[in-house]
Amino acid sequence: MKLSFVVNGQPREAEVRPMARLLDVLREDLRLTGAKEGCGEGECGACTVLLDGQSACACLVPAVQAQGATVLTVEGLGDDPRLARLQEGFVRCGAAQCGICTPGFLMTAAELCQKGQVLSRAEVRDAVAGNLCRCTGYQKIIDAVEEALCADQPR
Amino acid sequence: MLTSHAEVLSPRSLQEALTAKASHPETVALAGGTDLMVLIEANKLAPSRVLNLWGVQELRGIDAQDGWIRLGALTTWTELIHSTLLADHAPALVEAAQTCGAAQIRNRGTLGGNLANASPAGDSLPPLLALDGVVELGSARRGLRRVPIERFFLGYRKTALERDELITAIYLPARVDGDETFFRKVGTRRAQSISKLSFCGRVRRQGGQVTLARLAFGALGPVPLRAHTVEVALEGGPVRPQLAELLLNDIRPIADVRSTAEYRQRAAVNVLRGWLESLAG
Repeated sequence: MKLSFVVNGQPREAEVRPMARLLDVLREDLRLTGAKEGCGEGECGACTVLLDGQSACACLVPAVQAQGATVLTVEGLGDDPRLARLQEGFVRCGAAQCGICTPGFLMTAAELCQKGQVLSRAEVRDAVAGNLCRCTGYQKIIDAVEEALCADQPR
Repeated sequence: MLTSHAEVLSPRSLQEALTAKASHPETVALAGGTDLMVLIEANKLAPSRVLNLWGVQELRGIDAQDGWIRLGALTTWTELIHSTLLADHAPALVEAAQTCGAAQIRNRGTLGGNLANASPAGDSLPPLLALDGVVELGSARRGLRRVPIERFFLGYRKTALERDELITAIYLPARVDGDETFFRKVGTRRAQSISKLSFCGRVRRQGGQVTLARLAFGALGPVPLRAHTVEVALEGGPVRPQLAELLLNDIRPIADVRSTAEYRQRAAVNVLRGWLESLAG
């Protein structure tokens, strides 16, 4: 099938099998390697992207369900000043160790930032529970997400 | 890398979807993909045809109709969590939705998919059983029929769904004043874990007497089940927590990769007794 969708603000097309995983379309066909394959079964969140504004595991989305959709990957985060602040927060807080989980955490946090939610630390922990960090660097990741959500609030 | 060469049809209407399912009954229905994509990737399922239901609007939405709440089969866990109608009428189902997977899974996974996948650990199943849910099935030739949820699960991952049918909706009776519900999932961690066991209870009390009891367990055996012996014992008297011991007449827990039979048995009794004690006050 010919897949036509919008990726990081740009209209994109690719000739793909309809049941190809969105993750493979992004990584192999579009050469956007930000989304990572961790478990390949929706447990680890390393492949998280925003599909029509909602976080989804790109390993579980067949290409046919991305037809006409808007997809945001970590490569597109810097285009929105608010989401770029989220990325800067990750740098400032030291929220990346080996870095494999980082794009996924950023995208899950991006959905929270875009919704403008105010969350307690416990709620932030719950909200990112679908992302695993095998370096176990959770404290600094939670710090960075918490900081980004607070920074979004009017003072 | 998923190498499935399945042919995919993406119907725009329910009629079109049902016609396609009837003409090729081997077609596998695809909702949010959170179970199906895992099965295909693991080579446990190799469909030649897939029916992508995601664009069928008639399968979406949560509405109140004549004393019932209708949930379209494509209702996602996230939609369940944010529904004000369900917060009033089926808080136990909302609680179950909150324990299902994590945000990424809840945004895509659907109620109809949870039923069709028919894992005995499906998070929605105990609440749907305890709330006397009804599954609506559609076929191009025979139209719609409704099956009480308790008669929907026939065996391990086996359902009453005929080969030419699709799940169209789930109906829940509107909440009755005096109904109290409880949901508890026992797993290895709060997020992402598949249940060792799950429980949903509902009692209706009038003047301190239980007039209706529904006790439903998931992940204890091949199908989710109701604890009929304890339900009957509870009805007609005040809440007596010691009746939880009768649960052993109703359940024969399995042992599997997630837990032992002994753990499941003890935890099931404890969860039930704990709830009954809180009701008895």
